[in-house]
Amino acid sequence: MSEEIQKFKVTIDGKTIEVEPGTTILNAARQIGGDIVPPAMCYYSSLKGSGGKCRTCLVEVSKGSEKDPRPMPKLMASCSTTVMDGMEIKNKSSERVVKARGGVVEFLLMNHPLDCPICDQAGECHLQDLAYEHGHSKTRYEFNRREFDKIDIGEYIKLHMTRCILCYRCVYTANQLTEKREHGVLKRGDAAEIGTFIENSLDNEFIGNVIDVCPVGALTDKTFRFKSRVWYTKPMDASCNCDKCSGKAVVWMIGDEIARVTARKDEYGEVKEFICNDCRFNKKDTNQWNIEGPRKIKRHSVISANHYEKETPKHTTLLNKA
Amino acid sequence: MTKKLLLENVHIEGINSYDVYRKNGGYSAVEKALKKMSPDDIVEEVKKSGLRGRGGAGFPTGMKWSFLAKPEGVPRHLLCNADESEPGTFKDRYLMEKIPHLLIEGMILSSFALGANQSYIYIRGEYMFVLRILEKAIAEAYANGWLGKNILGSGFDLDLSVTPGAGAYICGEETALIESLEGNRGNPRMKPPFPAVQGLWQRPTVVNNVETIAAVVPIVNNGGDEYAKIGIGRSTGTKLISASGNINNPGVYEIELGLSVEEFIYSEEYCGGIKNGKKIKACVPGGSSVPILPHFLITKTAESNDRLMTYESLAEGGFATGSMLGSGGFIVYDEDQCIVRNTWNFSRFYHHESCGQCSPCREGTGWMEKVLHRLENGRGTMEDIDLLWDIQGNIEGNTICPLGDAAAWPVAAAIRHFREEFEWHVTNPNEATKRNYGLISEKVFEKVNA
Repeated sequence: MSEEIQKFKVTIDGKTIEVEPGTTILNAARQIGGDIVPPAMCYYSSLKGSGGKCRTCLVEVSKGSEKDPRPMPKLMASCSTTVMDGMEIKNKSSERVVKARGGVVEFLLMNHPLDCPICDQAGECHLQDLAYEHGHSKTRYEFNRREFDKIDIGEYIKLHMTRCILCYRCVYTANQLTEKREHGVLKRGDAAEIGTFIENSLDNEFIGNVIDVCPVGALTDKTFRFKSRVWYTKPMDASCNCDKCSGKAVVWMIGDEIARVTARKDEYGEVKEFICNDCRFNKKDTNQWNIEGPRKIKRHSVISANHYEKETPKHTTLLNKA
Repeated sequence: MTKKLLLENVHIEGINSYDVYRKNGGYSAVEKALKKMSPDDIVEEVKKSGLRGRGGAGFPTGMKWSFLAKPEGVPRHLLCNADESEPGTFKDRYLMEKIPHLLIEGMILSSFALGANQSYIYIRGEYMFVLRILEKAIAEAYANGWLGKNILGSGFDLDLSVTPGAGAYICGEETALIESLEGNRGNPRMKPPFPAVQGLWQRPTVVNNVETIAAVVPIVNNGGDEYAKIGIGRSTGTKLISASGNINNPGVYEIELGLSVEEFIYSEEYCGGIKNGKKIKACVPGGSSVPILPHFLITKTAESNDRLMTYESLAEGGFATGSMLGSGGFIVYDEDQCIVRNTWNFSRFYHHESCGQCSPCREGTGWMEKVLHRLENGRGTMEDIDLLWDIQGNIEGNTICPLGDAAAWPVAAAIRHFREEFEWHVTNPNEATKRNYGLISEKVFEKVNA
């Protein structure tokens, strides 16, 4: 008995690939890889329900499918639109997409404090990358920006809501990874904020992962805050014996000391194996880790631009532009 | 006199009570349906009637019903969308307040047609008093055997309940309504999957407007063909219009679709002309989200055809010279009204009501409001007008739900048709401030000074 699944043929910016039915446009693009992958600020493949909110991954569907070749009238969120056989998609080759994405980036940056010089996320920030690529050099927003007080949520995590872009990733992480979610989105519209409503600390074994999933610097690691710029630290693959998680992590070292520990992220900044709080916050001694070797960071960002083992010269495009 | 189907008995004393409603032919449609018709027959009649969704989008109801997935063993639900919060629209409130039993009768018929055994009316939080009226009516219906187990011995069970929202415009969007009804934050869901496949508690669900559901009653009573005879083309039946603004007789009117806009505004039977003998300046024909029409496009379309109260005629010319029937919130402006102030007021509403889930709407609505506020107060620049145009363009079509479009359209239309007025606000800042703060605040100042 042959169980051959009928694969769907998709063309994105002129590159064709065959994917399984049910794949989203974004994941099809990621299978092709390279320049044609739309940016995604809120989608996170391991979190159910994520995606569709930031609207940075909008693409133009210029041909619906082989059966129904009509183009879709609206731009579609590629993270939540599944592919059809024979679908043709325009990402960067579409003027509409480029314009809409510029607009979305403008909206995202409108109330963002742009405090990158003092932000711990700088260098590995997805919003920073997005702004480099699609943002304007000058803002047209002339009003007061939204501001919030910084909140301590728990022993290890600082919430700086002013920087938040409301991607909801941390809410989904807490919902799906931990036993009890104690924070969520309060209020609505541009007054919406992440919070615990009643001052509450987030303390459970896996809550530290909200720091890793945050695309901006809204949730930061208090054991690492203001210690160092990330590009001065050396990422090393490391593992340890942990009975709560896989123990596979990345340690970021300054000299011989471990400055911080994060989970291992792929080139789209997504964690595949979440790590526990113990590994993340408490194991800051090299004796506790089995260091495997330098970590190759594949992301197109400052963090990989200044590093000693560059994957390809393509990563230096930001510097070349300057 | 035009034919009335929904509000025919509205003036009868005590029609909101069961006994009077029943005496005037109420619940006869349920008797007819449960005894003589099959669920598919009702769907067929609704299809024949050409009834279109009265909530704003105008999607054919029969078609919507036929999309409902019917997997074996999975319960289905009918939800009534009574979260009527669009500025300028108050027709559902009138209907529920005056003849609550009509809605309940419609709910029984529609639930029977769709095979739903548990149906809900989702009502906006501000309509608490209407909720009590509905609950009383539902209790009466239960007591008289129109709801509950084995209705009229037909074997059909139906439970009906009313759930109030917490006062959010966004919960009128069907997926946000479902989220809210489930007890979650009222954020719209991504579509697909559509509610017809995965709605309330992941079960197949149909969400219909109050007026749509009420219209099923005359359709079952008189037959779909009879209903389709009223109206023009694809706009069949009657429609409730809530008229407001500078007119002599504001209120809720039931009109036959196909009535001319001119007659609606000027005849004594309806709006009764513009108040104080003033001239008409503009009109929003379908609630705050639809594009505003300048005076020369209200009674005639750009091609000099008569503008009629139909889905098609109001939309003639697209957004360049047309508008939409929407939910029937008919707002009329006389020559003294300031369009910039009106646009600012609308955008303030959308800023307040945006759920904040997707970025263009969350940030864009607030930005538009601030820029409009600045223009309104004589502190704007010419660039601001282009900026507004740009912002609305970046919002429209790029959001999860239609609230983004609803926020963008009125701004776009106001700039398209009344750009001169925006420019006047920039070039005459002092006069703009005085005129807009108008007579009321001057009187207040006089009082304070005296």
